[in-house]
Amino acid sequence: MNLAGNTWVIANREFRGLLHTPLAWATLSLVGALLAWLFLLQLDQYEVYRSQLLGLANPPGVTQLLVTPFFSSAGLILMLVLPMLTMRSFAEQQRDQTLTLLMSAPISLTSIVLGKFFGICGFLALLLTLLISMPLSLLVATPLDIGLLASAAAAITLLTASFTAVGLWTSSLTRHPAVAATTGLGLLLVLWFLAAAGKNSAGGYSSDALLPLLSTRYHFQELLSGWVASADIAYFLILTTLMLGLTVLRLHSQRHQRQ
Amino acid sequence: MSSPTLIEVSHLYRNFDSTAAVIDVSFSLHSGEILGFLGPNGAGKSTTLRMITGNLAPTSGQVMIGPYDLHLEPIAARRMIGYLPDSPPLYRDCTVKEFLRFCGQLHGIAGRQLPAAINRAVERCGLDEVRDKLINHLSKGFQQRVGIAQAIIHEPPLVILDEPTVGLDPRQIDDIRGLIRELGRDHSVILSTHILSEVQAVCSHVQIINRGQLVLSSQLTKLDQNLADATHEISFRTPPDLETLNQLRLVKQASRNHDNGFLLQFHDPIRGINELLKQSLNRGWGIDQLTPPQASLEQLFMQLTAEPDPGETNHVLEASQELAR
Repeated sequence: MNLAGNTWVIANREFRGLLHTPLAWATLSLVGALLAWLFLLQLDQYEVYRSQLLGLANPPGVTQLLVTPFFSSAGLILMLVLPMLTMRSFAEQQRDQTLTLLMSAPISLTSIVLGKFFGICGFLALLLTLLISMPLSLLVATPLDIGLLASAAAAITLLTASFTAVGLWTSSLTRHPAVAATTGLGLLLVLWFLAAAGKNSAGGYSSDALLPLLSTRYHFQELLSGWVASADIAYFLILTTLMLGLTVLRLHSQRHQRQ
Repeated sequence: MSSPTLIEVSHLYRNFDSTAAVIDVSFSLHSGEILGFLGPNGAGKSTTLRMITGNLAPTSGQVMIGPYDLHLEPIAARRMIGYLPDSPPLYRDCTVKEFLRFCGQLHGIAGRQLPAAINRAVERCGLDEVRDKLINHLSKGFQQRVGIAQAIIHEPPLVILDEPTVGLDPRQIDDIRGLIRELGRDHSVILSTHILSEVQAVCSHVQIINRGQLVLSSQLTKLDQNLADATHEISFRTPPDLETLNQLRLVKQASRNHDNGFLLQFHDPIRGINELLKQSLNRGWGIDQLTPPQASLEQLFMQLTAEPDPGETNHVLEASQELAR
C-alpha cells in the first residue's frame, strides 16, 4: 500500500483512540465551555462600546471588534491544552511498548508520524468547528465580514496544526506522557512569548526585531488582523513540517539507540 | 538443502554504550523449519530478534529476509515477517476484532480479504469466544494468543516469537506450544525461550546464545545423535592402562581423566559399552562408575552457559562446535 493509505490507517486508529479516552472528551467539553463563556463576555463588551462607536466617522465592524480578540484568546487557550491531547501519541505507546507494532509493520516512519498528526487534527477539527461556529452564529442578527472571519479561521487552523506538530515531537522524546506534555507546553510558551521580545514602547513591533519573526503569536496576530501574508502562512507550514520532520528523525534514531 | 533460505543473518554485532550485547551472530533458516533460540536471561536473545525484525539497527552485520536486505529494503523485508515481541504490543482499549483489523490494515490487507484474514487468525489462535471483548479484559493466556494472531494475520512466511509462553500456566503453555507446532506446518518459526523443554517439544533446530555469542547451532535430531557420541566418563577400581583401553574394539578414543578415571568415546556407544563391560568382567577391572554423556539438552545448556573459568571458554566453544558438526 502507498503512503496515503497507510497514513489513513494510522490516522483513523489515532482518531478512534482519542475518542476512547476520557481525557480528550474532558478537554473538548471544558475548552468548548470556556470558549463559549469568553465569546459571551466579548459580546457583552461589544454592547458597552456600541454607543461610543456610533460617534465615530468610520467605526470598526463587529467582526473586527469581536472576532479578533476572541480568536486571539482562543489561540492562547489552545496552546495551554493541546499538549495534553498530543502527549499520549508516542510517549504512551513507548511506555506500553506498543510502538513496536507500528515499527515492525511494513510502513514508513513518515506514514506513522503523518497518520498520528492527521488523526489528532481530525479530533481537533471538532473543536475548531465549535469555535468557528460561535461567531458564525451572529449571522442571524448582523452581517459579518466573512473575509476577515475566514482569515481568522485559517489562522487558528494553522496555529493548531503547528501546536499539534510541536506536541507530537515532544511526545516522541520521552516515554512519560506527563513529561511530554510539560516539555511541549514549555516549548509552546517560549515560541508564543518570543513576540514580546520585539515590542517597542508604543506596543507595536520594531521593524528590525528578529525574535518576533520566530514567534507563533506574532504571525497568528498578523493573520488575525486580516492581513493574509504568504510569509505568515509559510511560517506555520514550515514550523509544522519541521516538527513532523524532527519526529520522524527521532523515531529513526530510536533504532540506533545506545542504551 | 533444497528449500529456500528465508532468513540469512551474517556477522551481526550490537553494542550498547560500552557493552557488546550481540557479538558476531550468524545463522540462517529455511522454510519449514522451527528454530529454538535458547539462552539465559540477558544473553542477547531479544536484542537479536529486535535486530532481525528491523526494530533495532545492528552496529554492523547484515540481515537478509528472503531476497531483501532488511537495511536497504526494510518495508519489503518486513512484509515477510510476523513478530511477537517479548511484551505483546496490544492496544488494550480495542476489542480483539478491532485490533486485528488494524493489524491487518497495517500489513496492507484491504477490502474483502480483511474479514477473511481476521476470521482465519481468530480461528487458528482459538479466539472465537473473545473476539468482541476488550483486550484489557482478557486473561494473560488470551492476550498472548492475540499477540500471536497479530503476528500471523498477514500469513507471513516467517513468524518470530519472543518468549511466547512467559507467565502462562502449564495448560496455557501446552496450548501455545500446540499452536506453534501447527504454525510450523506452513510458516517458518523462530522461537526464543529460556525453557529447554519447549525447544525439545516443538523445534527442529536449536541455537544457544550466551553473553551475546552463539555457542551452539544445530539440528535437534543431529544434536541428539551427537550427544550420544559424546564422551563417557568411566572409573575403575583396578584400572587398566590407557593403551589397553585404546586398543579395545569400538573405542574411538580414550584419555585419562584422573587416577582411576577415563574419558571414552565410542564408535557405537551401545555396543561399545557392552564390549567394555564384558572386558571389565573378564579382566577384573571392576567398573566403579559409568556416567553417560550429557544426556539432555539441559545439561548441554548448563555447560555452555556456565560462568566461564578463565581459559575454559575456548574448551567449551570447541566442544560445542564439535557437537554441532
